Amino acid sequence: MAKKILYRGAEAEICLSKYMGKTVVQKRRVKKAYRIKEIDTHLIASRTKEEAKLIAESRSYGVSVPLLYDVDLAKGIITMEYVAGKRVKDILNSLEETERKQLCRKIGESIARLHNHEIIHGDITTSNMILLNDRIYFIDFGLGCKNGEIETKGVDLHVLMEAFESTHSKYSHCFEYVFEGYKKQFRGDASAVMKKIEDIVRRGRYR
Amino acid sequence: MICLGIEGTAHSIGVGIIKDVKGNCHIFSNLIKTYKPEKGGIHPREAANHHATYIADLISESVQKAGVDFADIDLVSFSQGPGLGPCLRTAATAARALALTIEKPIMGVNHCVAHLEIGRGTVRGCTDPVLLYVSGANTQVIAFAEGKYRVFGETLDIGIGNCLDKFGRAIGLEFPCGPKIEELAKKGARYLPLPYSIKGMDIAFSGLLTAAENYISKGKPLEDVCYSIQETTFAMLTEVTERAMAHTEKQEVLLGGGVASNKRLREMVETMARDRGAKFFVPSRDVCVDNGAMIAWLGFLMYDSGLRMSIDESIINQRYRTDMVEVSWRG
Repeated sequence: MAKKILYRGAEAEICLSKYMGKTVVQKRRVKKAYRIKEIDTHLIASRTKEEAKLIAESRSYGVSVPLLYDVDLAKGIITMEYVAGKRVKDILNSLEETERKQLCRKIGESIARLHNHEIIHGDITTSNMILLNDRIYFIDFGLGCKNGEIETKGVDLHVLMEAFESTHSKYSHCFEYVFEGYKKQFRGDASAVMKKIEDIVRRGRYR
Repeated sequence: MICLGIEGTAHSIGVGIIKDVKGNCHIFSNLIKTYKPEKGGIHPREAANHHATYIADLISESVQKAGVDFADIDLVSFSQGPGLGPCLRTAATAARALALTIEKPIMGVNHCVAHLEIGRGTVRGCTDPVLLYVSGANTQVIAFAEGKYRVFGETLDIGIGNCLDKFGRAIGLEFPCGPKIEELAKKGARYLPLPYSIKGMDIAFSGLLTAAENYISKGKPLEDVCYSIQETTFAMLTEVTERAMAHTEKQEVLLGGGVASNKRLREMVETMARDRGAKFFVPSRDVCVDNGAMIAWLGFLMYDSGLRMSIDESIINQRYRTDMVEVSWRG
């Protein structure tokens, strides 16, 4: 099958491919020569499996994610819908402030929907969100897990907070908008999560 | 311009003298004295006493070895942070005394940024790297983005060197334990699974440390445990570094810090770089570890870009974060 590499990430290649006549995306986890076989095989299989499960489950809770077509654990390949939108990373800085605020609130709402069902994305950055027809698709659940602890939810949001600070440093206040949306949709105690985030920030070195 | 730098953030006190030659760092001398605790980890007060005992002689020796006169020195710089308070204060006091005596300007610099800049200043071809900075206290993935050095990933609990030292102490090794663990790991053959903890681009070691200690109490061979610790922690470090490279779209990786001396870590990061078509750099050992030359070089870069610091402003900052530094010397 001919493949066109859309993106070469740190752990996987994202390729365009065909599946039953449809244009699809394949996420192929690549073997890493730097790590020993025991670690490599385990990471590739467990991350592929966990990711596929989380994508399928997120969809059932009303969060936009690519539709899954096929999962191959041995090869570490997930075949899924091609979401032909734009990465939030690439558009966030150029939006009007009101649009940016709205987008960030929606991001927060989606994260809350995930957290309501104990889904931890594990790598919430603006590179891992695609905007298409006013919907924010979450991709790359490769570091995700199921966990109901406030700590884990805090860490999950803290990753996004850091992404705003490093990649969108002029708009790092946007995390507040994200949290407004999160608070609106989250069924648990959002202020406890915020307190946890503040804890995590302080726990970092030299804070 | 000739600059004398004093490093004193943790267990080492160092004095380095450098000169800028066509944008590169030329090192005249770079002397280091390291405090070794009799048992346990670094005791801040004892380390500071150690530094206070040796700093004056170290400055004289460094000047002598560099073949310069005190009058030739144009700038005195020192490690302003982050680090252990008593150690930082000792180095800063020495720097102030020297600057006032020879009537030359003073410049306080960020220790973590100095680790990155010395790579750019001394390693040919290294211009815009992602730095994997691995030492006792620090484990950070740093790169230049949007006008500052930003931390893309870091440890959420303890530094990698600290993790190795804590494990080493538990099994009766002497500080620093990293090199001894590296030797033991070479004889390890069987991989024992350990927690692989990556959160975004951040990592955590404390769970792994506990699990490794449990293997020891269950009687697993020391060599296998050391091998498994190295393979797991270094794979985590290499993975977050690669993530930062993909994220920032940078094509160079630089190693820094004491743990960068570990050959297995070098090999892993080098393999990762090669596989993604990126360049791999590691400075020579004497500028990889905590040293005065890197402090001198960053002091020069800052001064040369027009920054000035008065004695009043030279107060130390134990929590001087990498991303607090205004980078005026890079476009």
